[in-house]
Amino acid sequence: MCSPGVYLLEELGCSMCLAIPGKILEIHETGDLRVGKAQFGGITRQVQLSFVPEARTGDWVMVHVGFAISVVDAEEAEKTYQILQSMGLLDAELPPAEAL
Amino acid sequence: MKYIDEYRDRDIAQKLLARIAQRAQHPWVLMEICGGQTHTIMRYGLDELLPRGIELVHGPGCPVCVTPLEMIDKAVELASWPDVILVSYGDMLRVPGSKSDLLNVKAKGGDIRVVYSPMEAVRIAQANAQRSVVFFAIGFETTAPPNAMAVWHARNLGLTNFSVLVSHVIVPPAIRLLLTQPGNRVQGFIAPGHVCTVMGASEYEELVHEFRIPIVIGGFEPVDLIQAALMLIEQLEAGRAELENQYSRSVLAAGNVPARKIMHEVFEVCDRKWRGIGAIPQSGYRLRPEFAAYDAEQRFGLHEAGVEEPAECISALVLQGKKKPHDCTAFSTRCTPQTPLGAPMVSSEGACAAYYRYRRHTIPS
Repeated sequence: MCSPGVYLLEELGCSMCLAIPGKILEIHETGDLRVGKAQFGGITRQVQLSFVPEARTGDWVMVHVGFAISVVDAEEAEKTYQILQSMGLLDAELPPAEAL
Repeated sequence: MKYIDEYRDRDIAQKLLARIAQRAQHPWVLMEICGGQTHTIMRYGLDELLPRGIELVHGPGCPVCVTPLEMIDKAVELASWPDVILVSYGDMLRVPGSKSDLLNVKAKGGDIRVVYSPMEAVRIAQANAQRSVVFFAIGFETTAPPNAMAVWHARNLGLTNFSVLVSHVIVPPAIRLLLTQPGNRVQGFIAPGHVCTVMGASEYEELVHEFRIPIVIGGFEPVDLIQAALMLIEQLEAGRAELENQYSRSVLAAGNVPARKIMHEVFEVCDRKWRGIGAIPQSGYRLRPEFAAYDAEQRFGLHEAGVEEPAECISALVLQGKKKPHDCTAFSTRCTPQTPLGAPMVSSEGACAAYYRYRRHTIPS
């Protein structure tokens, strides 16, 4: 298991496609920009929040090259996770793959 | 970390793989189109965990890799000038142009600064009013809005020493090109989740209907990608061709409207050459005429010089999913991440570099 710091460095290494989830700690409006601080594991970084005007402190955002590009939909994430979890229940009712 | 750990869960991944084994009755060829996804597939060996008949091929999804040689040459030229500070994403430094790369220029004293965010480039321009700061603006639709915001912000600040060398590319025209090529093998696409976070679903709906091919918008963690593959296989086995969204925790059907607004204020669609593939119509962004003052190519009078790519490189076939990296005679011998011949070897997110890094660099018999 990697530490959060290792996660972050690893993800930052491939910057062009990835976005990583961070939790917004504070928000400021400064001139033409909306900026804030977000926490990634144990690390805090400044993030640009201009593309997520709906984001509030405590929300999770996906951050790409320093910009939040979406607010993580906690309900959708939970729904997906429940589907993935319940899949195990269904599988228990099915014969093992080898038998097919 | 929340929203990462649960998507790297071994038990869930195994359950998904078991379900794929149950559902897959036929061989299928699936393509992911984002370098971040390619990287995850190779890093976790997902291609080897899938049933034998399910083949993953890797599309032209690395914006670093597909940046044309000519554009690298322009960045190298600019970085060599003493009064210029060239600011770039770190991934670009090793990418070879026709004669040199940025790392080489930096070693010879060129002032090249690596940033994580384009806003840092603006700050560098503010702090160096006597010098010209050029930001090398590359990336897909995910990165275009942040880069556009940097230009927008620089204009609001009244900066006159800031400009951008733009080489943005757009995903759907590349998918369209692949699907119209003779001998196309791809039967289903995993669409890039972060591009779709910005752009929304509509362009991919169009592709589904135009080509009757299933597309699943996918995330970047191993569970995301296995689930996306399962969703594609279930569609293919049932004879369906629909757009589905596996990455619903980030992707809304409408995408990110404020991000697209600033992107369209600053950039307009243009034809663009892709390294390893060639020119694709309407496949890139350039600055709008209103922002010409921030165009480094105009400001510094850079000219287009046609450059040939190495003949031995089969990257065009790799990027279309027709060949695997290790099918190339130069792979891991004359072409390595240290001395790349072609596009997919130049960045860690390129298919050849990912194969090289994750134990696939044995020379084929």
